Amino acid sequence: MKDTHAALVRMANQIARNFVAIGHDRAVLATADHIDSFWDPRMKAGIFAGDRSSLDPIAAAAIDHLQQHGDPGPQTRATEFAKKGDLHNSDAG
Amino acid sequence: MGYEPAPDFGTPASTAKEQVTLTIDGRAVTVPAGTSVMRAAAEAGGSIPKLCATDNVKSFGSCRLCLVEIEGARGTPASCTTPVGEGMVVKTQTPRLEKLRKGVMELYISDHPLDCLTCSANGDCELQDQAAAVGLRDVRYGYENANHLAQPTDNSNPYFHYDPSKCIVCSRCVRACAEVQGTFALTIDGRGFASMVSAGQKEDDFLSSECVSCGACVQACPTATLQEKSVKEIGLPERAVVTTCAYCGVGCTFRAEMRGEQLVRMVPYKDGKANRGHSCVKGRFAYGYANHQDRITSPMIRDSIHDPWREVSWEEALGFAASKVQAIKAEHGAMALGGITSSRCTNEETFLVQKLIRSVFGANNVDTCARVCHSPTGYGLKTTFGTSAGTQDFDSVMQTDVALVIGANPTDGHPVFASRLKKRLREGAKLIVIDPRRIDLVRTPHVEASYHLPLQPGTNVAVLTAMAHVIVTEGLVDRAYIEERCEIDAYEDWARFVSDERHSPEVLEAVTRVPAADLREAARLYATGGNAAIYYGLGVTEHSQGSSTVMAIANLAMCTGNVGRPGVGVNPLRGQNNVQGACDMGSFPHELPGYRHLSDGETRALFEKDWGVSLDPNPGLRINNMLDAAVDGTFKAIYIQGEDILQSDPNTRHVADGLAAMDCVIVHDLFLNETANYAHVFLPGSTFLEKNGTFTNAERRIQPVRKVMEPANGMEDWQVTQSLANALGAEWSYTHPSEILDEIARLTGSFAGVSWDMLQKRGSVQWPVNEKYPDGSPVMHMNGFVRGKGLFVVTDYVPTDEKTGPRFPLLLTTGRILSQYNVGAQTRRTANTVWHPEDLLEMHPVDAENRGLKDGDWARLASRTGETTLRVTVTDRVAPGVVYTTFHHPATQANVVTTDYSDWATNCPEYKVTAVQVSPSNGPTDWQETYESWSEKSRRIAPEPMEPAE
Repeated sequence: MKDTHAALVRMANQIARNFVAIGHDRAVLATADHIDSFWDPRMKAGIFAGDRSSLDPIAAAAIDHLQQHGDPGPQTRATEFAKKGDLHNSDAG
Repeated sequence: MGYEPAPDFGTPASTAKEQVTLTIDGRAVTVPAGTSVMRAAAEAGGSIPKLCATDNVKSFGSCRLCLVEIEGARGTPASCTTPVGEGMVVKTQTPRLEKLRKGVMELYISDHPLDCLTCSANGDCELQDQAAAVGLRDVRYGYENANHLAQPTDNSNPYFHYDPSKCIVCSRCVRACAEVQGTFALTIDGRGFASMVSAGQKEDDFLSSECVSCGACVQACPTATLQEKSVKEIGLPERAVVTTCAYCGVGCTFRAEMRGEQLVRMVPYKDGKANRGHSCVKGRFAYGYANHQDRITSPMIRDSIHDPWREVSWEEALGFAASKVQAIKAEHGAMALGGITSSRCTNEETFLVQKLIRSVFGANNVDTCARVCHSPTGYGLKTTFGTSAGTQDFDSVMQTDVALVIGANPTDGHPVFASRLKKRLREGAKLIVIDPRRIDLVRTPHVEASYHLPLQPGTNVAVLTAMAHVIVTEGLVDRAYIEERCEIDAYEDWARFVSDERHSPEVLEAVTRVPAADLREAARLYATGGNAAIYYGLGVTEHSQGSSTVMAIANLAMCTGNVGRPGVGVNPLRGQNNVQGACDMGSFPHELPGYRHLSDGETRALFEKDWGVSLDPNPGLRINNMLDAAVDGTFKAIYIQGEDILQSDPNTRHVADGLAAMDCVIVHDLFLNETANYAHVFLPGSTFLEKNGTFTNAERRIQPVRKVMEPANGMEDWQVTQSLANALGAEWSYTHPSEILDEIARLTGSFAGVSWDMLQKRGSVQWPVNEKYPDGSPVMHMNGFVRGKGLFVVTDYVPTDEKTGPRFPLLLTTGRILSQYNVGAQTRRTANTVWHPEDLLEMHPVDAENRGLKDGDWARLASRTGETTLRVTVTDRVAPGVVYTTFHHPATQANVVTTDYSDWATNCPEYKVTAVQVSPSNGPTDWQETYESWSEKSRRIAPEPMEPAE
């Protein structure tokens, strides 16, 4: 049977690893923003509540940021979503 | 419309801008320069007799029936091969021409069976029509001498016959196979009287030849020589309805030609802007699933997945489903509910399903099968260009000079587009293929890739970054374009990143296994070869770095100035018919239709006001997370429309565990698919022939789907969803999908100018359609990117966590084959199985030899996730160390082997990279046997109770 918390940790680490190239601080915020934009509340609650020892440093810092400060706002264009009046912007994150 | 054969102007239209005026039979006619006299006459409403000419192929001038007289010209030139000239005076009917044509027709008829009354083409035969047109009354030459009347018919193809006794050797079929399809399977064998159409080699019939059964030859044939077997069986059609194919993302339009309620044949629609009159074996012929005996047309319910199904009324089924959903909501809350929309269904149906989940279930746990195919396209193109869609229309390829095909196999997955691409390549465009397999495009008749980069699966980002390294370090970038169109700081960061020596082809060769010299040459060709266009498929997206690869593709296109005009661009080839539409319609759990995040209060308010409900501002669960939550006990009920997640999603056992853990699984489908084995409610679906609505294809083209027959289940799919919503207390009252489309247009900016009436008048339109673009948008980013400046994104190569090792030394990658579609639910229930009766494992001869495996042997395919068995085909199409299979057959259970790894940004599964071991086997695995037994048991339908005796 799959371990759901381990899956969440793996997802967070994977997101963080793909932001490494933009530098630590930006990567932390981008990871936090990505998780906040795309994760369901129970997934966020799950990773907040669970063991963080397997989290990569950037992912761990992102989870801390999210828990303490909430959404850092859009850090990539992928999370700059279309607004009410926008005519043809799109994404599928 | 009533039945009229599609008009045929004899020769293709000219695209010249210059106009020429001539006189035909005393009437002034103005047409573009380069138009044939034949076509000019046809466009003016005339009809010059013809047999070897048809407007899908170039003129040939062999039948000599279309002769005309031209003032000042010698002889009687063929009108099909004679271009119009300014001031030309043409006569199409004179005593001299009459005599010549009668003579020609007499010769044709002298070697043609005179069985018109019983011929299957009676009433739809050009030979018959032309004999009448030229006034043929007598045939002086009898059948006493040599003739072809005793030639046997070739019935080997399941869908059409070849009867050479009726062939007039006009070569239309041969030319269609070459010019339209690009397969070159047909030829004229022999000379003079012995000439005859031949498929493949002497010993071949149509089935064993290279013929791909696209139907172009059948469409081109003027007699009953090559004809659909269905016409022979049913008779000629009496009406035709133009509709849109429900297979791949090309979105071909067809004339569904009907006799009563029976579909006689699907004929590609010449005015279809996506397919331009062409088709493939699936869209053209593989519609028999609609009437297959496995089709379920009655609603069914059961309390437990261990019980047999019980057929019930719609009212009882919907009431049963609603009471279960309501009970779960009362006990566990709305977060325990969710649904999945389908990229096979219409925009209107998809819109309604997400509306049902959000506004009636009260949760945002809605996802779509696009999650497992092109969700990285959305993320990647949104980030770089500002919009998630492909940048071009399909016509654009005809202006391409260099085509880069990566992670796509168009001749199998998108065959009608592949034919257009091959046509352009035959005209001289260059081709680069990046693929672990030697796909057919690498070398096919009259087409050969300049470079094939056979990369190690999972190294797309490394290859593309190495290409960028070459382009930047060798000064091949389009600096002026970048400075004008892109964010320059981001470009400089990216250029520094890719210029690092660690990204050179030579350093990365150890990872990618692509020879550095080839990669350098390919990069130079892409950057300097003229209009360069990238076409990609699931070999890009279905990786742990799918989104990064899409962004790396966008980076390449921007740095070389290849976005924003015809002939260039970034083109995702969508797998299913309505992937684009499903994404547009708000099928993802974090956003509403029009790609607007739920957290945006203004957008939410717009929908809340229109729908009269309050919406949850939080993102919902993605498919894989729904299954995880089900196993954890927090997700209890799901409504799945037109999607078979048990067969199509990765790690089958985990999907099965998730479904089995739910209290209410509602499957809405045509068949009792694999997912339905775990369902409690089965709502029968309708085929694309049985409903109205719209699909949006890979080029953002919104096209009408028109009902040609009544739904066998009694309801169109949008009506089923509406009924379920109403059983749950909603008060929806749509009477036609046009009303749903109006709602979409009202709430979604890119659809603002779209309506059912507009589509009836215009045929199709490419979004965005709004005040700024009232006629739609064939090419995007023409005058700047959607969100202002294009954004270069640093894409660091992060290897997948799926590693080969001593236990699992090979890499498995998956794909599809021409004759089958996705999980095969439709195509397996057609005669297409003659081409692909089972999934096979492709393996390099060296790997096979090392394991003692021969062609056709059963092999055990094992990964860290699971194992299955299938038969081996030994081929050097794959590199040593790589194996490949398709996933069209449930018995194969290919996804028992695939893993939970997925794209970092979107969770699109990593189908394309699984570490495996292959060993000889003598039969199915325990899992396969257990599953087959379970599946059989789960599909039981209880017999109807006997009426009590009076």
